[in-house]
Amino acid sequence: MFWKSTYNELIKIAAKPRSYIGIGAVTLIAGIILFAMYTDGMNFISFVTKPFEQTLSFEGNILNGNLIAFIILQMLIIHVPLLIALVTGDLISGEGAMGTVRLLLTKPISRTSILFSKFLAGCAYTFVLLLWLMILSLVVGKLLFGTGDLMVLDSNGLIVLQQHDLAWRFASGFSLSFLSLVMIATLSLTLSCFSENSIGPIVSTMAIIILFTIIGALDVPVLQKIQPYLFTNHMVAWRNFFEDPLPVGKIVKSMVVLIVHIVGLLSIAVYKFNKKDILS
Amino acid sequence: MQSEEKIIEVKHLVKYFGKFKAVEDVSFDVFRGDVYGFLGPNGAGKSTTIRTLLSLIKPSSGEIRLFGKNLKDNRNFILRKIGCIVEKPDFYKYLSAEKNLEIFARISGADVTKKQIHEIIEFVGLKGREKDKLNGFSHGMKQRLGIAQTLIHDPELIILDEPTTGLDPQGIIDIRNLILQLKNESNKTVLLSSHILSEIELIANRMVIINKGKTIVQGSVNDLLNAQDLIVSFQLDNIPKAKQIIQSSSIKLTIDNENENTISVHISHENIPVLNKILTDNGCNVYSIESKRKLEDYFLKLISE
Repeated sequence: MFWKSTYNELIKIAAKPRSYIGIGAVTLIAGIILFAMYTDGMNFISFVTKPFEQTLSFEGNILNGNLIAFIILQMLIIHVPLLIALVTGDLISGEGAMGTVRLLLTKPISRTSILFSKFLAGCAYTFVLLLWLMILSLVVGKLLFGTGDLMVLDSNGLIVLQQHDLAWRFASGFSLSFLSLVMIATLSLTLSCFSENSIGPIVSTMAIIILFTIIGALDVPVLQKIQPYLFTNHMVAWRNFFEDPLPVGKIVKSMVVLIVHIVGLLSIAVYKFNKKDILS
Repeated sequence: MQSEEKIIEVKHLVKYFGKFKAVEDVSFDVFRGDVYGFLGPNGAGKSTTIRTLLSLIKPSSGEIRLFGKNLKDNRNFILRKIGCIVEKPDFYKYLSAEKNLEIFARISGADVTKKQIHEIIEFVGLKGREKDKLNGFSHGMKQRLGIAQTLIHDPELIILDEPTTGLDPQGIIDIRNLILQLKNESNKTVLLSSHILSEIELIANRMVIINKGKTIVQGSVNDLLNAQDLIVSFQLDNIPKAKQIIQSSSIKLTIDNENENTISVHISHENIPVLNKILTDNGCNVYSIESKRKLEDYFLKLISE
């Protein structure tokens, strides 16, 4: 019954017009970046490399598909969480607003199973959205700009990663990005259990992300104690896979923080959804 | 003959929402094959009770047993045997009628084939509209789809909460006929809540009336109504004489009203032929006798007490 319910949830997500807003927005944003880089990419590259030109000489195709993919992935933290929440924030509350929750919860399947079906379907949507982003950035990027070594600028300076060393880094970065976006999906799904309309969970998810991002950036001693545990501080952990040497400890810590958040939020969602009286 | 197997047993159901007591003490039994009327004024606790039976609301106290099993411990087993419409039939507007039925059939606990889905669509008169999205469906069409959804997995118990609300007269007749068909041909048990009391009187064999969260009375519709005095109108040729005869008779009755050729009296069911005989024996010609016993009167009398 659980898998049948999950299949139902996937059908619903695929049929909802709002699900395609995310796909459309990702396509548009990636398209704009690809167009901008195609027309004016070299100016952007020289702006980044200028400070190093007196000590380093750059050769080969610096503006390549790998760099484009890396730049496009940067937008993960800003845009994609909103697009995920748009769909996952509606998974429970949308049923309440539409009135279908009355029918759904009179079927011989436990509320916990229904919730996990929705969670799994939300994860699948997140995966598809992220995969589409990766296809647009990596595949289209390489078709337009060719391939080459990846030049990454971080707090320690400039790192050049050879192109044969990049496939696993992108795959791992993709996986960790997926985990952080699943965390967002779980947050909005949990908030969805507390609401009878979908606007509330979507707005609340974004408000929490903004609040935690601000708290995470404030240089206040009291807040610094909690900053390592804020999920927003681990949303860009995928970038760690583009460092050399690989900061394994930081990566594992980010994974643990994100997984603990997911498990904790899911537990709250299960408790709330099972206790809830359906009055709509 | 009525089965003695209890399909629904509700004992001393209580439900609080915070400090507000929505249901104070509701008890009733529904037997296999019953078309059971569930009556009460607005705010009586009908919807809360029905939602509790379907595990949409958790009771504060009391016991609910369906098919002889405790609802709390056997939720999925019980829900597998129930089809329901709770208030209005809401569906996924962005999906077609057929897809909606597929979605609910898939998690109904039964193996429902595409053929069965098409058959039920035809049965409720939606053939030709099954591929249409629900955005363009009227309330009546959604109600028909609701009935289709209720029956798709061939449940033993059907719970219908206000199924005729918002329907046109033909729609109301169709639903009424469908319920009678389900009872007579498939021996389904139906729990029916409705504001239309004449409807309950027409199709229910047993009923419960609740008010302010409490059961007032339950039993056979005929027994409950027959136990009450009726208002019976006698059409006569000599009203003053008839009035004199009635007032001097030993039968327990009271005059309700009178006009040019009709006199109405409160009288028990068994005393109607007795009064008729007294009138005719004393030279009054009786042209017609009309009983005005109505569930509506009975219902209003009970809830005003």
